[in-house]
Amino acid sequence: MSKMIATKAIKGAHKIVSRAEKAIEKILTEYKDKAKDINIAFPDTAYYLPFIYAMTGLKVQKLGDVLPILEYAKSLLPEVPSDELWLPYLGDTLNAGMATLFAEEIIEALKYSLPESFGGKTPTHDFWIGFTNDMILREQGIKLVDGRMPGFAAIVGAAPDTETAKKIITQLQERNILVFMSATSPVNGKQICIAEQLAEEGIQMGWDVFLVPHGTDITSTIYALNFASRAAMSFGGIQPGKAKDILLYNKERVHAFVIALGEVDEEKFATAAGAINFGFPVVADTDIDQILPTGICTYEHVVSPVEHDKIVNKGIEIRGLKIKVSKIDIPVPFGSAFEGERVRKEQTYVEFGGKYSPAFELVQMKSMEEIENGKIELIGPECDEIKVEPEKLPFAMPLGIIVEVAGRKMQKDFESILERQIHHYLSFAKGIFHMGQRNQNWIRISKEAFNSGFRIKHFGTILVSKFLEDFPALVDKIQVKIYTEEEKVNQLMKEAMKIYDERDTRLAGLTDEAVDTFYSCTLCQSYAPNHVCVITPEKLGLCGAYNWLDGKAAYEINPKGMNQPIPKGKCIDPIKGEWEGVNKFVYENSNRAIERFYNYSIMEFPTTSCGCFECIIAILPECNGFMVVNRGYSGMTPCGMGFSTLAGTVGGGNQTPGFLGVGRLYLISKKFLVPEGGLKRIVWMTKELKETLGEKLKKRCEEIGEPDLLDKIADETITTDPQELLEYLTKVNHPALTLPPLM
Amino acid sequence: MVTETKTKDVATNILKQISEERMIDTIWERYLQQLPQCGFGLLGLCCKNCNFGPCRIDPFGEGAKTGICGADADVISARNLLRHTAAGSACHSDHGRELAHTLLLVSEGKTEGYKIADKEKLYRVAKEFGVQIDNKPENVIAKELAIKMLEEFGKQEGELLFCRTRPPEKQQKIWTENKILPRGIDREVVEAMARTHMGVDNDYKNLILHTMKTALADGWGGSMIATEVTDILFRTPRPVRAKANLGVLKEDYVNIVVHGHVPILSEMIVEASLDKELVNLAKQKGAKGINIAGICCTANEILVRRGIPVAGNMLQQELAVATGVVEVMVVDLQCIMPALKELAKCYHTKFISTHPKGKFEGFEYIEFDESRGLSIAKEIVKIAIENFSNRKKELVKTVSEEQSLIAGFTTEYVYEMLGGKYRATYRPLNDAIRDGRIRGVAGLVGCNNPKLLSGYSHFIIAKELIKHDVLVVETGCAAIECAKYGLLTPEAAFQYAGKGLQEVCKAVGIPPVLHLGSCVDNSRILTACCAMVAEGGIGNSLDELPVAGAAFEWYSEKAIAIGWYFVASGLLVVFGTPFHVSGSKNVIKFCTEEVEKITGGKWVFEPDPIKAAHIMIEHINKKRQLLKLKPMMYE
Repeated sequence: MSKMIATKAIKGAHKIVSRAEKAIEKILTEYKDKAKDINIAFPDTAYYLPFIYAMTGLKVQKLGDVLPILEYAKSLLPEVPSDELWLPYLGDTLNAGMATLFAEEIIEALKYSLPESFGGKTPTHDFWIGFTNDMILREQGIKLVDGRMPGFAAIVGAAPDTETAKKIITQLQERNILVFMSATSPVNGKQICIAEQLAEEGIQMGWDVFLVPHGTDITSTIYALNFASRAAMSFGGIQPGKAKDILLYNKERVHAFVIALGEVDEEKFATAAGAINFGFPVVADTDIDQILPTGICTYEHVVSPVEHDKIVNKGIEIRGLKIKVSKIDIPVPFGSAFEGERVRKEQTYVEFGGKYSPAFELVQMKSMEEIENGKIELIGPECDEIKVEPEKLPFAMPLGIIVEVAGRKMQKDFESILERQIHHYLSFAKGIFHMGQRNQNWIRISKEAFNSGFRIKHFGTILVSKFLEDFPALVDKIQVKIYTEEEKVNQLMKEAMKIYDERDTRLAGLTDEAVDTFYSCTLCQSYAPNHVCVITPEKLGLCGAYNWLDGKAAYEINPKGMNQPIPKGKCIDPIKGEWEGVNKFVYENSNRAIERFYNYSIMEFPTTSCGCFECIIAILPECNGFMVVNRGYSGMTPCGMGFSTLAGTVGGGNQTPGFLGVGRLYLISKKFLVPEGGLKRIVWMTKELKETLGEKLKKRCEEIGEPDLLDKIADETITTDPQELLEYLTKVNHPALTLPPLM
Repeated sequence: MVTETKTKDVATNILKQISEERMIDTIWERYLQQLPQCGFGLLGLCCKNCNFGPCRIDPFGEGAKTGICGADADVISARNLLRHTAAGSACHSDHGRELAHTLLLVSEGKTEGYKIADKEKLYRVAKEFGVQIDNKPENVIAKELAIKMLEEFGKQEGELLFCRTRPPEKQQKIWTENKILPRGIDREVVEAMARTHMGVDNDYKNLILHTMKTALADGWGGSMIATEVTDILFRTPRPVRAKANLGVLKEDYVNIVVHGHVPILSEMIVEASLDKELVNLAKQKGAKGINIAGICCTANEILVRRGIPVAGNMLQQELAVATGVVEVMVVDLQCIMPALKELAKCYHTKFISTHPKGKFEGFEYIEFDESRGLSIAKEIVKIAIENFSNRKKELVKTVSEEQSLIAGFTTEYVYEMLGGKYRATYRPLNDAIRDGRIRGVAGLVGCNNPKLLSGYSHFIIAKELIKHDVLVVETGCAAIECAKYGLLTPEAAFQYAGKGLQEVCKAVGIPPVLHLGSCVDNSRILTACCAMVAEGGIGNSLDELPVAGAAFEWYSEKAIAIGWYFVASGLLVVFGTPFHVSGSKNVIKFCTEEVEKITGGKWVFEPDPIKAAHIMIEHINKKRQLLKLKPMMYE
């Protein structure tokens, strides 16, 4: 602290706590006896008011529950430091920051619960996102785990002009840093938020593009911090109420910092003091005192004044973020923050594939001599060689991308792994949209990107750079051939399809019995310290992102990494999926928390879950079966819990019989819940799952001799009520009802 | 040898001058009258332990090389050293016993005016002592704890509990291997007396090892118990604002000076002074109110908990009376000069002794009894009020010198000071040391002595240390002295501290010199060092930490015990004048060199305060190098 900052922060804390107090007093006066029973909640979360829940373990559900929290926040408020002979203020200021955050969460929760008292709108309106629900929290959590999102920046206030705002935002996006935006500062006599500056420029915002506008009120900054609090509880498995652990988890693992743009008023200082408790430092563009000694944050606590073109790098530096910025020689910004960006039809200059032209992409292994490293060949016309009237845009072109790689450690099996990266890499370029894979791909180049000079040949530039950068262990040499003549594309596509078929056949032959080594994934141990994924050929990682081949390749790439070979050892039970080697590995790598694993079972010694699972399988005892719900489904399920609530019970690295987090594709594995009876036990799944797994699931049903099983499995359009579900199952004669009792 | 005893403190000089004019001797005159002091005594070569003697060894090697029994310089000086240490250890530990006994009485409901003020600490220490908490009532827990603590004094076998629960493993290992881990507090003191009887322990090294054991029984035993129980009974201090120096004695108030060490008395006097009836009575007598001020360490006790002003340190006790406005000086134990009784003849001040262990001829004696604590305190306050009108106008000479200060830092408070309630931590301190903002930490403790600069050396050393980015912690009279020169204010950081320390002071809002309490509270320095080790990154044991200590102007045997428990715990300790062993080269060599190989700590004797400061700085630098910490940030 500095005395100036301490003084302002403590004054600000008094103001915000007083705001909360007045808001509550008003409600108490207005609603009288009924006031205390008013429901207080944020939308779609199992964490109540998450910051309060994290810090105190108290489940606020009614206004009556808020009152003691408010009193507690008041008790945390220290005296303002005196002009002379002041008493120590660092601890006091941190306490004041906590009081502020308690009050801010109360105020924002009231806005959702009683919108009529706050101008008729909840904080979620127009482009403002307000509270982040649990579903998004979990989706974004994966990005934090796999490094796609190295951290987040909470921007408070606004830049002096829109150009500067855009520059700062682009710098953050290029580094894949998630951006939260809240509060306002005066620009040309008007109080505005940086999000409003972006909106004015028509810049796309939202979780897809890592730009999350929270609100103009300083109190909406709490959404960044109650996101962080939930990350610690959800992914870190830390119990609510273990405040210090949750704060330290954030200090150590959630790499966030605050950028204060424009005037820093007392309320902002107070909120920043709260953020410092999380270990999140502050960089400011105005001349405020600095707090250089370290300890509560890893490095400096407050640094100022920092010029706008340096502010992002300064933030990264003082938060100790290690970010590799891919400097790729293309005329548009590049980074995973742009992966979710959409390019709509009217924004498109040229597109490839989809239903508009023939297109495919293929990675092939070659010998070292066959490759001239870094060579990019465009065979056929470049997109600017085709003259198109502006009103005829967009137009379509054929496209074949063949990436040829060679490396001492490269294996044929890894081709598909590298090929899957093409989707990510091309999407990372701003203004480029990529979907699908193989010969089902669809690519767009936006007008803006085209006008900036982006051309088809740049696909090659991206792929050469990224493969060499990300897979140095596998890829020693790479060249890219891009074809744009229709005849040639069609001809090569036929050859490519033969290769795709060969791969599929080989993959189908890969069974758990056929290999003697599985692979671990402990990528999520940074969040769930006791969790170990065991990836087998027939059971992929529960996040759906890693299959056995990925594990094998990852081990080749980095032998000391998070994916380690697990020698199966002696098979103890082939039905339940228990091996000596696996038990030993899991015990040693789960901090000795997990002693045995039945890899195929949900009822006995089931595998643990980190928090990143694509789907949750849950027992429905009355139906003698299980239900499956996927991430992204926001409705109710027959077990009486939505995905978020269920996720809270499944995650964190504990064995919870009857509940299991899995990757989608595990549903069609021959090793799906073998001891319990496999697919026949599934009595309910979401419509989305039925549709996305579609043909494959149907085929699997046929294989197990239940060709009409898919129709017998209920979904939310049939019912989410357990009683009605049982009636339905009885009516359709679902096979689960005839299986031995589960419990 | 100092022969000029003028001090740098204006208030002291004014009242010293006044006393001279009134033909009343003070400590400075009496000191000069003693010059030259006995050389044999200073060198530790005189032995009066038996009636063969007194014997003395000729330091020049021309006369007797041994005493009548054959004890040489090594044995005689080591025996003397052990006896001094035993006395110091006994004094502090007896203070601890008083507190533990009061806790027992409080738990049994046998006291008046006392209560458990810090429940959280009661539970924490009780757990440490293995008291089952369950759902027991607070007084039952307090009783079990008090009994277990009292047992520490009388334990015959085993190990002192705090020596096992608090220090880093390495210190425990050193103590065990060298058989100096104390068994019971009293036992080590008794054994010290037994060993120094003629014909028992005649190996100087063995005597010094027991010296350390006896001292450890104080630092990790008696003193530590004193601190912990005082916190439990009167609450753990937190920073408070207060004033120090003789200017706090106000002419228009009824002034009561509490003097001594044990807060059982002083806390009650403060409590009684708040009594409305008594305040009204004082007003009826023409005073504006009742003013309590402290001298010596009992002053520190009520300063750090209640912000009660400090009239002065040990050397200023006579001068407080010389203001002519002290109605009552009430004393308990330790550092109370027998010279006071002479003052009773001159001034209206009533001197009241309160403890059966500490009686003074010429003082009124009102035995203090916890069962009537508050009533007795009120009685004493009333005596003071009644005495207000007896002031001798012609002898009234108040001074204006008083300096603001912040006091009340503790091992526990540092956690909250640096991290608030939610992130309570030592991390910022350890980081600051690791990164080279703070060089290290120095403890400046102990007494003031007319042989040196009558306290001023503390200021010189502290100033030199903070200038070189060493954070200073203080207790006892050293802290009072630095308070008088303004070092205990947060503003002092900007005036005196090096840039790195200044940044930390600015970030935390602290003075560069932190007041930790009374001289038994040196135990807080031990526990704070343990907290630094536990936080990690600046040493895995106490001897590895970049810290050092000094009791530069020591006079008391308690200071020898304090110094030894720090040396035995692995720290460097500087004395401005050596304890009385210089007649033996072997003993000096052992204390200043060889002991370092055993405990990691050692003694340095250096009379120049600036040099003393740099010895500490160099020691800290050496520890930093061994730890491979970063170079100092701003050098």
